[in-house]
Amino acid sequence: MTVMEQRGAYKPAPPPAWQPRTDPEPLLPDAEPYRVLGTEAAAKADPELLRRLYAQLVRGRRYNTQATALTKQGRLAVYPSSTGQEACEVAAALALEDRDWLFPSYRDTLAVVARGVDPVEALTLLRGDWHTGYDPYEHRVAPLSTPLATQLPHAVGLAHAARLKGDDVVALALVGDGGTSEGDFHEALNFAAVWQAPVVFLVQNNGFAISVPLAKQTAAPSLAHKAVGYGMPGRLVDGNDAAAVHEVLSDAVRRARTGGGPTLVEAVTYRIDAHTNADDATRYRGDAEVQAWRDHDPIQLLERELTGRGLLDEAAVQAARDDAEAMAADLRERMNRDPELDPMDLFAHVYAEPTPQLREQRALLRAELEAEQEGGHR
Amino acid sequence: MTTVAVKPATMAQALTRALRDAMAADPSVHVMGEDVGTLGGVFRVTDGLAKEFGEDRCTDTPLAEAGILGTAVGMAMYGLRPVVEMQFDAFAYPAFEQLVSHVARMRNRTRGRMPLPITIRVPYGGGIGGVEHHSDSSEAFYMATPGLHVVTPATVADAYGLLRAAIASDDPVVFLEPKRLYWSKDTWNPDRPTDVEPIGRAAVRRPGRSASLLTYGPSVQVCMEAAEAARAEGWDLEVVDLRSLVPFDDETVCASVRRTGRAVVVHESGSFGGPGGEIAARVTERCFHHLEAPVLRVAGFDLPYPPPMLERHHLPGVDRILDAVARLQWEAEG
Repeated sequence: MTVMEQRGAYKPAPPPAWQPRTDPEPLLPDAEPYRVLGTEAAAKADPELLRRLYAQLVRGRRYNTQATALTKQGRLAVYPSSTGQEACEVAAALALEDRDWLFPSYRDTLAVVARGVDPVEALTLLRGDWHTGYDPYEHRVAPLSTPLATQLPHAVGLAHAARLKGDDVVALALVGDGGTSEGDFHEALNFAAVWQAPVVFLVQNNGFAISVPLAKQTAAPSLAHKAVGYGMPGRLVDGNDAAAVHEVLSDAVRRARTGGGPTLVEAVTYRIDAHTNADDATRYRGDAEVQAWRDHDPIQLLERELTGRGLLDEAAVQAARDDAEAMAADLRERMNRDPELDPMDLFAHVYAEPTPQLREQRALLRAELEAEQEGGHR
Repeated sequence: MTTVAVKPATMAQALTRALRDAMAADPSVHVMGEDVGTLGGVFRVTDGLAKEFGEDRCTDTPLAEAGILGTAVGMAMYGLRPVVEMQFDAFAYPAFEQLVSHVARMRNRTRGRMPLPITIRVPYGGGIGGVEHHSDSSEAFYMATPGLHVVTPATVADAYGLLRAAIASDDPVVFLEPKRLYWSKDTWNPDRPTDVEPIGRAAVRRPGRSASLLTYGPSVQVCMEAAEAARAEGWDLEVVDLRSLVPFDDETVCASVRRTGRAVVVHESGSFGGPGGEIAARVTERCFHHLEAPVLRVAGFDLPYPPPMLERHHLPGVDRILDAVARLQWEAEG
């Protein structure tokens, strides 16, 4: 029978190998960012947790202002402030167990500190006396990653390795809205979903990648929607609502820990400060927009909820502020001391053992240092 | 004297054996990459590993080189020893950011607290009739990245010994496998593999007195042929197989050049900004008073790798090597 003769009988059908891989419906994010504070859900939140979040938010805000002040005094080379994003930073740290891992980017010093890393050690990168100042294994915090989104596949690999070893460890990786455009974001989410790795991705959508607004970054319905393309659930949450972020992240962490696979969470928030102390935000955004977000401040939202329900008295507010001041004073005092630098350290950790080439160069530097000490000028 | 039964084995078989022995000896060794599982790799180097050790130990990954190396970083952070396969030299480029920004720096960044024992296997070089993007010699990129070891075998025995050493190393190693030597055979006893070869030592493959050919990987065999042909011209050429580009074995190389007084560097990679410039400079700095002639380079041309029907004009061959040897100012000797 020729093709022409078959024509009448031909009925289009899908190719034999095709079948839907998964139902996209349950993976879709809510239409509106999830909120707890000021809603009925707040009544179900643990008051002790809310008070802990509050104290950490106050501390976090103070950390941001103190670190920014240190840039003006020449004690920090640069500081990318997370003022306005404290709810995300703090909730990320508090949603994890001790054995879990946090993978921060350079704007996430707050989350690193909230996880227990020494505030001075967390600033080593930004002071510039070394790259990573803390031991990643002490608090299970990966080094602050500067190349955007490149830390996401690390989180996937670590979570995958933990699962292969039979450990119920979860990795939580932080990234910004700009970072979602990077190829590593795509590859990390794809690997995570294929491997069903116990990992949670938190996108802090703070509105800007330095100066470029989200509209120039993506045409997706929301960043949370991107999850569907990888076959993992996407969650959309109010990033200034610490209780909501904590709940959504805790759910995702629990899901990952119990074999449910990865989750992508988009937290809608706002970068109140400029990109860093070296940036001028007035070149790309107006005061009215910033003010609208100041009126949706994460600390005020939580404070209003707690005081309204009689869960926070003036003494507790004062105690949180005192604690933050003490932290800032300690940070100031320790950051005002010059760090001890040993130039010979430059050669100490390039390889387990220096190569013959590095040994030669180390000898050269040592000779230069000795000549310097003898006051010799050529 | 007991004799060990030796039979011919290919470089690919020796590499497979090295992976298998490393996986059997250490449960933290994981092989991962594109097509390394069920298929056994496009060059069959991982043949049988998924079957023997399971797919969790020899894993077919999604097709994404940055993701492969990036997830390997996280696995190494958690105490595993990943061995990553980049399918071809030119397909490794998407992984460059992970390699340069994280793999090479993590130990240094963390003051030695977070070493990354990752082996990155890269089939490289031409001469196999490959179409575009299948024949690059990208070693200069890796050499220019502090924090990486860069190793390449030229013999069946070294393929085993160096790969075992690379996997055992606590530093990241870029392990460059000369594609056209995959099927080269040598008498090598797969039942009693050679010892692990220390990384960082060159080997004199053929002793000689007239001049030193400094080479590595796929060009070693070409240099051996050139040395054989040179006998007719009255030259007794020494062939030094560098084996490790980082660290570089200045000691062995300079001892050879001081003996012979003349040197030619031979590699497939282009000469401008290529490994030969660094090697020639190192030799000149250290052996200037022993040199009878400038150090010359015989390399691939400085052009994008040619289409397969023209590649023989690009690759350094015996004639180009002998022409260079002829230019080593012999007349001054008389």
